[in-house]
Amino acid sequence: MTEKTSKGKIVINPELCKGCYLCISACLNQVIGTSGTLNQKGYYPAEFLGQSPEGKTCHACSRCGIICPDLAIEVFREE
Amino acid sequence: MKNNKTLMRGSHIIAETAVRAGCRFYAGYPITPQNELTEYMASVMDKTEHGTFIQAESELAAVNMVIGAAMTGTRAMTSSSSPGVSLKQEGISFLAAQELPAVIVNTMRGGPGLGNIAPSQSDYFQATRGGGHGDYRTIVLAPATSQEMVDLTQKAFSYADLYRTPVMLLADGMLGQMMEPVELSEPIKLSDLPAKNWVLDGARNRPSRIIKSLLLDPVIEEELNWKLVRKYQVISEKIPAAETYLVEDARLVLIAYGTAARIAKGAIKKAREQGLKIGLCRPLTLWPFPKQILSALEQAGKEFLVFEMSTGQMLEDVQLALCKRDRIHFYGRPGGIVSTPDEIFKEAVALYYRQQLDRG
Amino acid sequence: MAKIVFKRPKYLKQAVFHYCPGCGHSIIHRLVAEVIEELDIGERVIGVPPAGCAVLAYNYLDVDMGEAAHGRAAAVATGIKRALPDRVVFTYQGDGDIAAIGTAETIHAANRGENVTVIFVNNGVYGMTGGQMAPTTLLGQDSTTTPGGRKSSRDGAPLDLSQMLTITQGSTYIERTAVNSVKNIQQTKKAIKKAFQVQLENLGFSMVEILSPCPTNWKLQPTEACKWVEEEMTKIFPIKILKDEIDRRRIDRSSSAKTQG
Repeated sequence: MTEKTSKGKIVINPELCKGCYLCISACLNQVIGTSGTLNQKGYYPAEFLGQSPEGKTCHACSRCGIICPDLAIEVFREE
Repeated sequence: MKNNKTLMRGSHIIAETAVRAGCRFYAGYPITPQNELTEYMASVMDKTEHGTFIQAESELAAVNMVIGAAMTGTRAMTSSSSPGVSLKQEGISFLAAQELPAVIVNTMRGGPGLGNIAPSQSDYFQATRGGGHGDYRTIVLAPATSQEMVDLTQKAFSYADLYRTPVMLLADGMLGQMMEPVELSEPIKLSDLPAKNWVLDGARNRPSRIIKSLLLDPVIEEELNWKLVRKYQVISEKIPAAETYLVEDARLVLIAYGTAARIAKGAIKKAREQGLKIGLCRPLTLWPFPKQILSALEQAGKEFLVFEMSTGQMLEDVQLALCKRDRIHFYGRPGGIVSTPDEIFKEAVALYYRQQLDRG
Repeated sequence: MAKIVFKRPKYLKQAVFHYCPGCGHSIIHRLVAEVIEELDIGERVIGVPPAGCAVLAYNYLDVDMGEAAHGRAAAVATGIKRALPDRVVFTYQGDGDIAAIGTAETIHAANRGENVTVIFVNNGVYGMTGGQMAPTTLLGQDSTTTPGGRKSSRDGAPLDLSQMLTITQGSTYIERTAVNSVKNIQQTKKAIKKAFQVQLENLGFSMVEILSPCPTNWKLQPTEACKWVEEEMTKIFPIKILKDEIDRRRIDRSSSAKTQG
C-alpha cells in the first residue's frame, strides 16, 4: 500500500477524552478509531489512526475538533 | 422653616436619603404600605445621574436585580412590606453568602399571610433570625423618628459597604406614613467612596473574578461560614446601639423599638407625671442586639416590660440577653393594632404595682 | 511544517470539563469563548451562570462571572447591565432555570428589552439533579419524575419559551439551534455571535436556544443522543430563527436619530 502524504493530522489527548466517540461519527474519512488502553478516568479514548482502513487520510477539516465536547483534539494542517 | 428642616413623609425620607447616600440602583414592586417609597424612587432616580429605577415583576426579581447591581459595586436598595420581604429571603441569603452590600427596607404590616396594611412588628424573627436559609446574620436597624430614618438609612449604606453584608431597615406602616420635620443629609460624592476591589466590571488589565456561593467542598464551605462569623463578631462589637430614656432611677424599664417605642414614651411621660419611676430602653440595632446595655440595666436591679406590636419576638432576644427570667414581662398587640399611650400606661402601672416596684 | 488550525480558545481556562461524555455544555462553552475572542469583548464581558450542571461555567470561561440563584439569572443580569450599560452581559441557563422557576424573570427581561444576551441550553431534563422532568421534556419521554413517559393530563405539554418570548416587544432576536452535529454547531456559533452583536449595538434582548444532548439522563450513547435531538426534539422545538427584528430596529434607531439631529 502506498503511503499518501496527509494534508493534516490530529492530536488527541487521551487524558481529556471521555470516550464519547462523536469524533468518530463526525470524521468523513474514518481516520479515528478507539484505543484499547484505558485512560486515568477509565475511558477507552479515541485515537488517531493516521490512515483509514481504506487508505484515506486526514484533511484537517476540523470536524472532529468542532464536535469534541472536551477539547481533546488539536488539528494541524501540513504547509 | 428657619432652620434646615423639611417636612417629609417617612417613606420619602428613606428614599431621598438613600439617593443622597449614593444609592444608584433601586428595584421595587408595589405593596402597601410602602408604595410611596417606590414611587418616590421612580421619579428621583430618573433625575439622578447613573441612577436606575426598575419596577420589577416581583419582589423576588427585585432583590435579584439588586444582587446584580451590587456585584458591580453600585450602592443598591430594594424595599417591600412583610409578604414581599418573605419573597426576598432567598436573595438575602445569597447577598450574605456572596458578601455583597445592599439595603433592604421592610415597612412591616399585619400578618401572617396576606394580613392587612396596618402597622405591626411581626417580622422581627424574619429580620434577625435569617428567614433565608443558612448560617448568616443580617444587620437590622430600627428607626423610631423621622430624623432617625435619615441617620439610619445613611448608616445602612455605610455598614453594607464596610462589612460587605446586607442591611435591613426595619420600619412599619406608621413610620412610613408619618410626617415630621427633618434635616436631610448632605449628598455624598460617589468619587469619595472607597474603591471596591472585588467587583465584576469586566476583566480589564486584571484576572477575571468570580462571585459565587456554591462551595461544594464542605471544607471550603465551612471556612466561609467561620469567616462570616468572624465578620459578625466584629459587627457585634462595633455597632450595637440603644437609646435609654429616664432609666437612671427607673424601677421598671420598658423595652420597645420603632413605633412601639414612641407609644411607650407617651406612656412613660404620663407615668412620670404621677411619680412612677418608669423608663425606656429602645434598641436601634435589632441585630446585633444591644445586650450589654440591657445587661447593665438588669444589674442595676430593674424590672422589664417588653412591649411589641407582635405576639413576642424581640422578647426572646431580651430573655437571651438577661439572666433573671422572672423580671421580664411582656405586653403585645399583633395584627396591626396600634396601642395608645394610655393603654400602655395602664399595663405598665398595673405591672408596677403588681411587682411592688413602688416599695423599696 | 504543520500549522495548528483548531485549538483551545483563549477565554477557556485549562481546566478539565466536569461534564459527562457527549454533553452539549462543553461544546457551547467553547463556542461562547470563541465568540468572545472573535468580537474582542473579553475584558467587557460579565456572565451569569445558572444553577444546574453548568453552574461551574465560571471554572471554564475566563471572564468575570456572578452566580445567580436558580431561575434568577435574567434579573441579576438586568441589575448588572443597568448599572454598567457599556459592559457585555450574558446569562447561560438551562431549560428548568429559564422556563420553570425563572419564567417570570425571563419574560420580563425580554419584555423590557434588556440589552442582555441569553444562552438557553435545552436538554429536555433537569440534568444536575438526576434527570427529572423539565418544562421542555417531550410527551412520552421518560424521566425520573415521569416514569413511563410524560403525560399531558398530569404534567402538561412541553413549553416553548422561545416562542412565547417572540411576542414581547423588547425581544429583538431569538434563534433556536442545536449542537448535535458539526453543521448545527457551526450554525450555533453564528447565532451566538449574532446575539452578542445585537447587544453591542444596543438593539434589545437577544437569545439563542440550543438543543443539547444529555446522554447520561436520556440513557443513550452520545451518538444516539445526538440522533435523538435530530429525530425527536426538533419535532417539537424546530431549529429556526424565531424572531429577527435586527434590521428593523437599526432602521428605527437611525430614523429617530435623524428626527432628533
